[in-house]
Amino acid sequence: MGFGPLLLLASLEGLVTAATLALMALGLSLVFGVMRVVNVAHGEFFMLGAVVAWAVSTAFAGHPAIGFTAALLVAPLVVGAVAFLAERLVLKRLNYDPEATIVATIGLLYIVQQLALTFYGADARPVQPPFNPRIQLPWFGYSGYKLGVIAAAGVLLAGVWFVLARTRAGLVMRATQYDAETAQAFGIPVGRVYAGVFALGAMLAAVAAVLVVPVSQAHYLMGRDPLLLSFVVVIIGGLGSLRGTVVAALLIGLSDGIISTLFFSPTLAKILATLLVALVLVFRPQGLFGTAAR
Amino acid sequence: MNGTASARVWLLHLAFIAALVAAGFLLPDYHRGVFSRILVLAVFAMGYNLLLGYCGLLSLGHAMFFAAGLYGAGLPLYHLGWGVPASFLAGVAAGGGLAFVVGALALRTVGVAFMIVTMMFAQVVYLTTLYFTTWTRGEEGLVLPPAARRVGFGDTVLSLSDPTSRYAIALTLFSIVLLAMLRLVRSPFGRTLAGIRENEERMRMLGYDTFRAKLSAVVVSGLACAAAGAAYGLLFGYVGSGFASIQYSILPLLWVLVGGAATTLGPLLGTAFMFYVIDYASGLTTAWLVLVGAALIFVVLFFPKGILGTVRERWLKWLP
Repeated sequence: MGFGPLLLLASLEGLVTAATLALMALGLSLVFGVMRVVNVAHGEFFMLGAVVAWAVSTAFAGHPAIGFTAALLVAPLVVGAVAFLAERLVLKRLNYDPEATIVATIGLLYIVQQLALTFYGADARPVQPPFNPRIQLPWFGYSGYKLGVIAAAGVLLAGVWFVLARTRAGLVMRATQYDAETAQAFGIPVGRVYAGVFALGAMLAAVAAVLVVPVSQAHYLMGRDPLLLSFVVVIIGGLGSLRGTVVAALLIGLSDGIISTLFFSPTLAKILATLLVALVLVFRPQGLFGTAAR
Repeated sequence: MNGTASARVWLLHLAFIAALVAAGFLLPDYHRGVFSRILVLAVFAMGYNLLLGYCGLLSLGHAMFFAAGLYGAGLPLYHLGWGVPASFLAGVAAGGGLAFVVGALALRTVGVAFMIVTMMFAQVVYLTTLYFTTWTRGEEGLVLPPAARRVGFGDTVLSLSDPTSRYAIALTLFSIVLLAMLRLVRSPFGRTLAGIRENEERMRMLGYDTFRAKLSAVVVSGLACAAAGAAYGLLFGYVGSGFASIQYSILPLLWVLVGGAATTLGPLLGTAFMFYVIDYASGLTTAWLVLVGAALIFVVLFFPKGILGTVRERWLKWLP
């Protein structure tokens, strides 16, 4: 393969990463933006989504699309319920104190990870994609399912944007984000909004996980790297900026795909890329699309 | 602060150190070994606490300073045959230098961006230890031979692999750093840091060079963490990139928050608590991480300021 086709392949792989990363980072950004909580357990919600997706899809016989569709419905609900419970039982009682919530979500991370290891095991297990036609490009064939992942993420992101910008629920969320006390005074049930946002953030991670399981398998440690990457995406994109999150996810996903496909020494490339992103942050701390902190 | 209160604080810390000296003779071998490790890691936690507790800067990358000490001491000892004191100093110097560079860059950011930038610099250090596998052997790490881990004072030779001298050295390092920290946080410089933590804008308007103060705090913190890393490598004879991973940046945060941020003895209590919770839980069940997670959530729910922070708030207001 020549350089051009290789670059195209690398970009397509990067787009798949970017698609799931954008969904996951959006969940993290929502939770941090509205509640000021740094959710270290976000990667475990992602992992939990993938594990539940495996469990659900293997429970259904017949065409893989049936099991996958069921997983797409069940996994976010289960993960959302876990997040909702964690919010009501723990985070609420901490009054969303930034440092205490970090420790609490690290505790949650340990618990979820250990339960996954105990009940699911240490193996990586695949899920059948619901459809997978081979799309023949002039230079190579490409997985149709991966293109489907990119499209699905695009639709979901548009949906989240619509909810945030055009519906009453979105307005309530934005009001809470802007000034929780004033929102409370105007009769917005801030506590319930927080619980809902925390569950919604976890559900976005779970959806991203269900989409990614058919291409990368479910494993109990799979949450760690996406968590770090989504932190980077959230910060680079600028907090609370949907557009920034998507652009940053594209940037990180594409550079990740291109670096790991084209360069000779992935470790050196990773060192340089990490350093570069860190320096971008050092000289533009508010992120690419963020406004200066209030 | 008046004279008697000050004397009481110093007496408390000296009594605490005396108790640890006595513990060295009384503890059974196993627990003395565990405590040698805890004392060294508590130095790491104290270095972290200076930044988080007293200056209000939350870093997620302190593993890089620990690793700078670890490799800064381990590599010259292993490859160049340097002696123990020179290796230790090289490790501490490596940590201080790294802290100065990283601090000068990362302190341009605040809040969450600071967390992420420090995390990314730490990731760069971690990847670097993997990249130079020829010298570091990456994840597998280097085992420093006991023969190289000896210090001679005249005719007597102190072997760092001997449990008794190991405890003594760990306790000496811990005591020096503890008393230095106590002195530091009660000095005008320490008060400046606390002022920055409470309201940086006001400190700047009062004429303090807050950037300089924060940079000094990062460097001192880096020096303490590097001293812990260098001592850890020399005492326990192992240098590996696992100590540079994200996990090792999160651990001092946990130790400090559990023990009590902005308390001088909290880091040791937190480190010991976490060590024994893990020790006890892993003896009970293979699913021990669940118990550790539950213990963490329990501590933040019922001791929101950490163990010692809550004790200070409720009962002993004079604790430093």
